[in-house]
Amino acid sequence: MSKHEANAPAPGAASAAAAFGESLDYVTVTVGEQLLGLPIGRVHDVFIANHITTVPRAPSEIVGLLNLRGRVVTAICLRRRLGHPVAATTHSDEACELVAVGIDLGGEAYALIVDAVGEVMRLDQSTFEPVPVHLDASWAALAAGVHRLDERLLVVLDVDAVLKLDLPVAA
Amino acid sequence: MVFGMDDLLQEFLSETGENIDTVDRELVRFEQEPNNREILRNIFRLVHTVKGTCGFIGLPRLEALTHAAESVIGQFRDGATVSAIAVTAILETIDCIKEILAELAEKGQEPVGNDEVLITELLALADQAKAELSHRLPENGEPSDPVAAYLTRHGSPLSEDELDLVFRSAPGPERGPNGRIEAPATAKAADEAAPREVRPGGSATLRVSVDTIEHLMTMVSELVLTRNQLLEISRKQEDVGLKAPLQRLSLITAELQDGVMKTRMQPIGNAWSKLPRIVRDLGAELGKRIELVMEGTDTELDRQILDLIKDPLTHMVRNCADHAIESREERLAAGKPEHGTIRLAAYHEGGSVTIAVSDDGRGLDIARIRRKALQQCLAQEAELERMSDAQISRFIFHPGFSTAESVTAVSGRGVGMDVVKVNVDAIGGIIDIASTPGVGTTITIKIPLTLAIVSALIVVAGKQRFAIPQIVVRELVRVKAGADHRVEQINGAPVLRLRDRLLPIIALSALMGAAGAPTDDGFIVVTQIGERQFGILVDGVFHTEEIVVKPMSTKLRHIPLFSGNTILGDGAVVLIVDPNGIARLVGAAATVDALRVETPAQAQPPAAEKTTMLVFRAGLEGVKAVPLSLVTRLEEVDAGEFQHSGGRVLLHYRDRLMPIIPVGEAAIRTEGLQPLVIISDGELILGLAVDAIVDIVDEVLDVEIASMSDRGVIGSAVIRGRATDILDLAHYLPKDDPGWLSGRRSDARPIDAAQILLVEPSDFLREMLGPVLKASGRQIAFASDFETATRLAAHEAMTCVLIDLDRTPDAAFTFAAALRASASGDSLRILGLTSLATPELHMRAAQVRLDEVIAKFDRRALLSELAERKSGMRQAA
Repeated sequence: MSKHEANAPAPGAASAAAAFGESLDYVTVTVGEQLLGLPIGRVHDVFIANHITTVPRAPSEIVGLLNLRGRVVTAICLRRRLGHPVAATTHSDEACELVAVGIDLGGEAYALIVDAVGEVMRLDQSTFEPVPVHLDASWAALAAGVHRLDERLLVVLDVDAVLKLDLPVAA
Repeated sequence: MVFGMDDLLQEFLSETGENIDTVDRELVRFEQEPNNREILRNIFRLVHTVKGTCGFIGLPRLEALTHAAESVIGQFRDGATVSAIAVTAILETIDCIKEILAELAEKGQEPVGNDEVLITELLALADQAKAELSHRLPENGEPSDPVAAYLTRHGSPLSEDELDLVFRSAPGPERGPNGRIEAPATAKAADEAAPREVRPGGSATLRVSVDTIEHLMTMVSELVLTRNQLLEISRKQEDVGLKAPLQRLSLITAELQDGVMKTRMQPIGNAWSKLPRIVRDLGAELGKRIELVMEGTDTELDRQILDLIKDPLTHMVRNCADHAIESREERLAAGKPEHGTIRLAAYHEGGSVTIAVSDDGRGLDIARIRRKALQQCLAQEAELERMSDAQISRFIFHPGFSTAESVTAVSGRGVGMDVVKVNVDAIGGIIDIASTPGVGTTITIKIPLTLAIVSALIVVAGKQRFAIPQIVVRELVRVKAGADHRVEQINGAPVLRLRDRLLPIIALSALMGAAGAPTDDGFIVVTQIGERQFGILVDGVFHTEEIVVKPMSTKLRHIPLFSGNTILGDGAVVLIVDPNGIARLVGAAATVDALRVETPAQAQPPAAEKTTMLVFRAGLEGVKAVPLSLVTRLEEVDAGEFQHSGGRVLLHYRDRLMPIIPVGEAAIRTEGLQPLVIISDGELILGLAVDAIVDIVDEVLDVEIASMSDRGVIGSAVIRGRATDILDLAHYLPKDDPGWLSGRRSDARPIDAAQILLVEPSDFLREMLGPVLKASGRQIAFASDFETATRLAAHEAMTCVLIDLDRTPDAAFTFAAALRASASGDSLRILGLTSLATPELHMRAAQVRLDEVIAKFDRRALLSELAERKSGMRQAA
């Protein structure tokens, strides 16, 4: 993976993009056919997750807990979070290896389980667009915008929204 | 000057705070031992130190106050009689000083105020003592004490200089190199019981922020985990070169862990420091003489736990002083010493600390507790007969149980031992009580040393490992099909015969959602939570391990089954089972069906609340359900036991005849086993005959209210994707009892004649509580918001208002306060409903003068509260 030297962002940057501070660097991941981007400032590390402890009665998006260098990390399945079907056997086997992106939120460590991690991309403001209006509401809530790439589209994820699960009220 | 002004003030505040606390304690002690010159000297020195420091930094108000207090103490020192009035006045002064200090800490400067009254009082006391002294002095001059002799010679009035001179001759405060007055080392001694050696040289302590220590603790925890992982790896390898350094690393880590743990430890005496003053003041208020004895004040406990048990302990000591210790006359009549004794003791025992609070008072009134337990339907009369006194006394830990009939200002109302128990439960502790009538009561609390590292039993259930905290584990029983100990079933609910008792069994794998029937082969972890004992069936038991508790992820905290997680030696994350969470499930459910895992909930609006429903089949028309909280028990009886009389079916059940009523079109069976849903209320008990119990489910209910013609059904809701009728229990209640039915017969009466108002925003709860309230035989009005409620409550027929405190507590309390202040407010009975009664909630409830706070699903308490009032009204009629 290579990362370009950071340049100062173009003056007059689109306001939607400004929501991500100065960074327009993304760690790209894929879920199904879709290319997604996570703001690089939010990504702690990329690692292979194995030996995941499933948590009975947990929300379906939560794959389980894993140990990352002595920290207990909550693994969230991005596929399920985005409403894609998940093959039933994928996560139940403890020994299987999953590609994970490490993210910190509120002092807690999370891992987003994705299908694959691609390269780090540095993109120009000019290709950024807000989320198309007709996008499915559940998707729209998780996306911050779209970058038009030459070959395909990159959906920028709103990390905070992705990690904000609807939890049942404590009994 | 070494310090800036802010630093100086900070230093002054913390030092003075400590000194003042010590004076507090010492004064109480001095009052009891007026001849102890050592204590007096100590107090003298402390007050003088405070005064000197105040003058030094320029705090005139504090200086004036301490000066006045000092002049009174000066007279005591001189030999004047120590009067309780004088001590109270000085304690008052100290309170005043504390207030000023608090404000000083907040704003950085002395608040404006006038202490003229207090100072005049103190000076009058000093004058009075002086006059007494001048009469007495000629005959006993006490020449043995040079300071007193000095004072005798110079007589009064004492000038500032002279006092200073006195202090120079007493072992007093010293001026440090920076010119500040430093408290002598002994002034900081936290416990007065054991004389502590004076540390040589300067202070050997350092103030370190709690955060720093917490961080250190986290790092050490990580180190322990890494070490465990390394050990695991080295076990698999034969590398000798690795073994030796690893051994050393292991030892150092263990020592480091011990060391850091120690920094978190504090003597329990710190949590007790305020108690002598509290007991003294209570004694004065109640006109009792009470002595507080503290043992094991230097027993060390984790700071976090210390904070958590401080309030429960204070409450227990207050209880002792208020209720347990008899009045002076009573004690003398019983042949006991005039003054009562409260004894606090703490000691280490294994990996835990035991704290005992005992008194030599009247002991628990077992007969009264038994009566009250019966009244609150906590047990059947026959059950109570069989119970030992010890078992009965444990009822005081039951939520909402309080035997104090007369409400005194001291213990407040509503907050009783149940709250103490909740607090102790929260830190994984165990509470028990032993009482002998006329001799006294001892309450023991066993708590873990620390919350950060616990000893846990590692078990396996299904494919997963879990940790069960050792503190709740009573014993392990090996079970096997066909062996001595084997799991038996009652309608699918597993039980174990253990020493002539039936122990309910919960299969951990079923609880965790593993498919398939639980195996009969494995281990039962016998667990005790309060008075509840149950067994957890696991497939295997590995070993006991010291685990570092890590908090549960915020995304998973709503699952009641787990209290945290940990990383084991092999690097795997393991969930820590919360026995309290399981115990709650056992209490709520009678069959194992309840524990079956529901399908993961779809995204629900966060405000939606779940209700536990008992689902059953009765008749041909699909399934019916009733809230589990309204069900007393589920039974299966042989149809041959039914007796028929006058067209009714009765069953001899627990020494009584219980009517059996079929639900809907269900027919009462004539042979075989008949499943029954038992509903009871006070004296009334009845069995609903159903075809089969289907399940117990947690569901967010959206009830569609049925039309009036649908008798016996409140409405229908979708449960597990199926339309289910929700039973209206009021319909099935005995029709020959007017008390139960009068409400229903007059359904047509307009709402403005209502006597009870229920303010509850949740539609479902309103519907559910409605029939319960109607069963009390009175008219009910409902309001979902406070505006409507205010309008309805104004009606003069209204006698009782029930307010939900959960949804918007602030608005609820405001509404309650306004209601109380209204014209008819004083005659109104105002009850709060909550699903989580915290001490804070009880306090707020007391502030707005709520009559009672009731647990939302505690139907019995609710009805008994209403019944209490009703019987009063009957008498009036």
